[in-house]
Amino acid sequence: MTTAMQAPKDKTGVKARNRVKAFWLHLALIPLAALFLAPLWMMAVFSTHPESAIFSANPPLWFGGSFGENFRGLQADTNFLRALLNSVVIASLYTVFSMLLTSMGGYAFAKFDFPGKNWLFGLILATLTIPTFVTIIPQFIMIARDMQISNTYWAVILPTLANTIGIFYMRQAFQTVPTDLLNAARIDGASEWRTFWQIALPVVRPAMAALAILLFLASWNDYLWPLLVLTQKDSYTMPVALGTLIGLTRVSWGGIMVGTAIATIPFLALFLALQRHFVAGIAGGAVKD
Amino acid sequence: MTTAPQFKPAEPRPPARKSRWARTPKAPYLFILPYLLIFLTFWAWPIISSFMMSFKDSRLGETAPFGLSNWSRLVQDEFFRTALRNTLVIMIIQVPLMLSLATVLAVALNSKLLKAAGWFRFAFFAPLVVGTVAYSAVFRLLFNTDFGMVNRGLTSIGLPAVDWLNQSGPAMTVLILAMTWRWTGYNAIILLAGLQGISEDVYEAASIDGATPTQQFWKITLPLLRPSLLFCLVLSVIGTLQLFTEPALITNSGPGNATMTLGTYLYQQGFRSFNFGYASAIAYTVAAIAAIFSVVQLRLFGRDE
Repeated sequence: MTTAMQAPKDKTGVKARNRVKAFWLHLALIPLAALFLAPLWMMAVFSTHPESAIFSANPPLWFGGSFGENFRGLQADTNFLRALLNSVVIASLYTVFSMLLTSMGGYAFAKFDFPGKNWLFGLILATLTIPTFVTIIPQFIMIARDMQISNTYWAVILPTLANTIGIFYMRQAFQTVPTDLLNAARIDGASEWRTFWQIALPVVRPAMAALAILLFLASWNDYLWPLLVLTQKDSYTMPVALGTLIGLTRVSWGGIMVGTAIATIPFLALFLALQRHFVAGIAGGAVKD
Repeated sequence: MTTAPQFKPAEPRPPARKSRWARTPKAPYLFILPYLLIFLTFWAWPIISSFMMSFKDSRLGETAPFGLSNWSRLVQDEFFRTALRNTLVIMIIQVPLMLSLATVLAVALNSKLLKAAGWFRFAFFAPLVVGTVAYSAVFRLLFNTDFGMVNRGLTSIGLPAVDWLNQSGPAMTVLILAMTWRWTGYNAIILLAGLQGISEDVYEAASIDGATPTQQFWKITLPLLRPSLLFCLVLSVIGTLQLFTEPALITNSGPGNATMTLGTYLYQQGFRSFNFGYASAIAYTVAAIAAIFSVVQLRLFGRDE
């Protein structure tokens, strides 16, 4: 590097120097990237092999033909299809309702002045750094004892519906909507609801897509809360169903890998296709004003 | 900011003065109401309720007298101390390791010299799509003593195999590696967004003044990245304090209690022994530690913010 620095500062020198730099950059990043992808590759490969192959002297590095067999084992052990259905319904309902709540709230905080606004927003802000552990026991008592809705979809969905990161994110998104645009609609006689629904919401659609992906994924992968409120096998979500298998010796690892692959690979594909939205969502979650 | 009613077309109104409430716009409250109802019911109230519960002995039922028994037990509890120590050890090693790696990755991924940047981003960000249960299963298999790929790799280059999950030090190492694998990409995204907010002009001016790339990294990139780094740091610390799924599923808190964390201990006390009062005291200790760390971090690294 030091020799490169002393090179004459003409154009060819800069180009050559950049080529050297680029070489080292790729040389460092390629093995690291491989290391990051290796567990995912193994998950996909192992899902297609029986346990005997996974635990053999020469474990497979390429796909085999036992996916169907592994899946049938998994289905017999956990009613995996039911768990998958539960997860799809819960994550979808959660995403839709949470998007509605956070976008309405974020809109009010971004586009209105009203008495108590700063106080309310401060209250919501203050809870951001409080660990969820603090709320989990009273939430559990409320859901299981007071409301008696254990083992229902709503037991999983209700407590985290008012997503704190979500309302921040939507508030930021709505701040980019010109107030003149909203006032124009109001002058034309649109109701407040219609102004929100038909004018403001379409403007922030890209931001909503990013948040929706993240909310869906968070709900899809959540483990601790569903584990607490879902106690019957038929109400399990996919992570809870998989969690019951890990640690048991009877169940085949091939089956567990099928479960993890089914839970993960569709999202990897989606991630590859919608990388921009994913990244925007996560970066936007980092509150910066 | 102007409020809605002023822009409605003027309509004939009775000239009588309206009360303050009548002049306050109702729309924002109606927009916030659904969020607020859930927020107050399932967030704000539980925060208070949990605190009150920590002063009750829930094993004796709701009528138990107000007292400090849970808190005095906590101070003497050997298992709690183990859980606290394990959690702090993981945090002190894992968070700096992950954030340094994430910073280097973010700088590398931001480089204009990088070819196929999309694929590299995919490689490093892919783990954050994987659920904690799924990756716990994969890591458990990878670090299996007799059949795991990690030991196969070690022995193939002449190193001794390690009994990863049955020894305390190696079990902690597996947890730290697993968490680093899962969360580095997430932090790298936030840092990448921060990097893209730094103006190109600053670097150009520095190169003209003869600053080396290393100097530019320490003198420009890191200071300007401080708000993003602080955000990552605070969130990572709070996240680690709540560590549950990985020790529960990868190491099963073992061997012995060697990888028991505040999260798994709280779960055991609250939802295995159903000792809600004691579990609430543990939860509030976690919250207090999180608050102390957040304040310290903001004081140390958040100057002029």
